[in-house]
Amino acid sequence: MLDVANIKVKYGQIEALHDVSISVPEGKIVTLIGANGAGKTTLLRSLSGLLPLSNGKVELHGEDITREKPHRRVARGLAHVPEGRMVFANLSIAENLEMGAFLRKDKDGISKDLAYVYELFPRLEERKRQQAGTLSGGEQQMLAIGRALMSAPQCLMLDEPSLGIAPILTRIIFDKIVEINQERKLTILLVEQNVNLALEISSFGYVIETGNILFEGSSQDLRNDPRVREAYMGG
Amino acid sequence: MDSFLQQLYNGLSLGAIYALIALGYTMVYGILRFINFAHGEIFMVGAYVAYFLAGWFLPDGAASSWLMFLLILMLSMAICALLGIGIEWTVYRPLRNRPRLTVLITAIGVSLFLQYGGQTFIGADPKAFPKILGDPVQVNMGPVTTNNLELLVLVITLILMFALRFFVMKTKLGKAMRAVSHNIQASSLMGINNDQVIAVTFAVGSALAAAGGVLYAMNYPTIDPLMGLLPGLKAFVAAVLGGIGNIPGAALGGLILGVVETFAAGSVVSDYKDAIAFGLLVLLLLFRPGGLLGKATVEKV
Ligand SMILES: Nc1ncnc2c1ncn2[C@@H]1O[C@H](COP(=O)(O)OP(=O)(O)OP(=O)(O)O)[C@@H](O)[C@H]1O
Ligand SMILES: [Mg+2]
Repeated sequence: MLDVANIKVKYGQIEALHDVSISVPEGKIVTLIGANGAGKTTLLRSLSGLLPLSNGKVELHGEDITREKPHRRVARGLAHVPEGRMVFANLSIAENLEMGAFLRKDKDGISKDLAYVYELFPRLEERKRQQAGTLSGGEQQMLAIGRALMSAPQCLMLDEPSLGIAPILTRIIFDKIVEINQERKLTILLVEQNVNLALEISSFGYVIETGNILFEGSSQDLRNDPRVREAYMGG
Repeated sequence: MDSFLQQLYNGLSLGAIYALIALGYTMVYGILRFINFAHGEIFMVGAYVAYFLAGWFLPDGAASSWLMFLLILMLSMAICALLGIGIEWTVYRPLRNRPRLTVLITAIGVSLFLQYGGQTFIGADPKAFPKILGDPVQVNMGPVTTNNLELLVLVITLILMFALRFFVMKTKLGKAMRAVSHNIQASSLMGINNDQVIAVTFAVGSALAAAGGVLYAMNYPTIDPLMGLLPGLKAFVAAVLGGIGNIPGAALGGLILGVVETFAAGSVVSDYKDAIAFGLLVLLLLFRPGGLLGKATVEKV
């Protein structure tokens, strides 16, 4: 579904991603784990077009999207829940969700998806007239995910959905991610530092360190890999 | 008391013009975080477009009419909307990722270009603005004496403000505008074409300034290429007063500034009425750095 080959990304003179290749097969949850500053966010931002590549190629179901603008990639079915959630604090929850569906014209499909999002996260419906800025961090994360779902994507990229969120809410959100993957057949690329949880719900994983993919393998294998255990799972 | 209400009315009618211009400053700032100093000149161009259209539609002796007025007003707004889009496209867009100071200085350059372009091609001499609606007719509203043209300023401003409010709050494009202004990266992740939204912002802001220019010209019967300078500057003050980036703030700031200026003009300090506007700004910003309705943020320009 999403194939990334040999990408390099620079911030000015400094190269943040050196030669990264990953592949996310259709219908799977693939996770990308790594420490602070490893380059996870940089990778997702370059995949959604927010950062230019200096080398490499990005394909979404076989079509080259390397030079597409961010909004065009959304039109092609790629959704990105950014780090820090970035909900529109000055818009109501309902309006945030409406913005998620900005490109869509199918009224029926939109209201079905809206109902689905509200079913997934009932708190959002309870608070739909409220400004998004008034939500708690966990609720904002739900909104950010719901907003991304409203674009009816085929591939969803999530950047640290557990960041700054109470463990109990993280659990709920991860359950929902699995649910979305299974019910909607949505392909998911999950960036996480909560390695235990991420490897639990994914089928394949990549470990990134200072701009390089260090190892990759089935999530099962990575969980049992002593190197991964030591570096990322507290031994 | 009577003269108080009269002054208040006069102030609001002047403030309405400031408000119309201030909206464009604040909308562009809300999205691109820079002050489009060429905006005051759109006000001037709006007046000139109406001047030429009126000369064309209403040759000497032709009867003036409301229909003609509305047509001229709307055409002037439309032409200035295109001008705003054109300026954004040719001048600001290529500088999108440059330091804000560069853009600011460029904006001043565009402003000077329009002023001196106007002087060169149209002439520096003031031109009498045609009486699109004939001679003013006196209107008495209780203690307040006014005329139909002054009243028109308030009515049209009110209509435009409600239309703008509806657009920004209720339409999909208006919501997208608010989304872009809150977070221009997140908006592109929604599939919003930021460039398009920015173009619409310039168009709407310019159309409002053009309306201000036409209404102003109808009440102050001559126009000249530098006429946008002072109102533009004051509208900028109004936008900052209300909280730059905040749309209701710009409207409020414009009205307050108009009222304060009118009262100052009618008092012993009348020579300082313009200085008072700026003094007011400085004073307010000392206590409320974000303006009346804005959020207090520390911003490096
Ligand atoms: N805007 C920027 N300008 C310059 N360098 C940057 C910028 N953003 C990130 N970097 C650098 O690029 C590297 C990768 O950062 P990135 O944000 O992708 O890491 P990350 O894996 O997402 O980390 P975290 O887990 O803390 O979110 C870091 O060394 C960071 O300092
Ligand atoms: Mg990150």
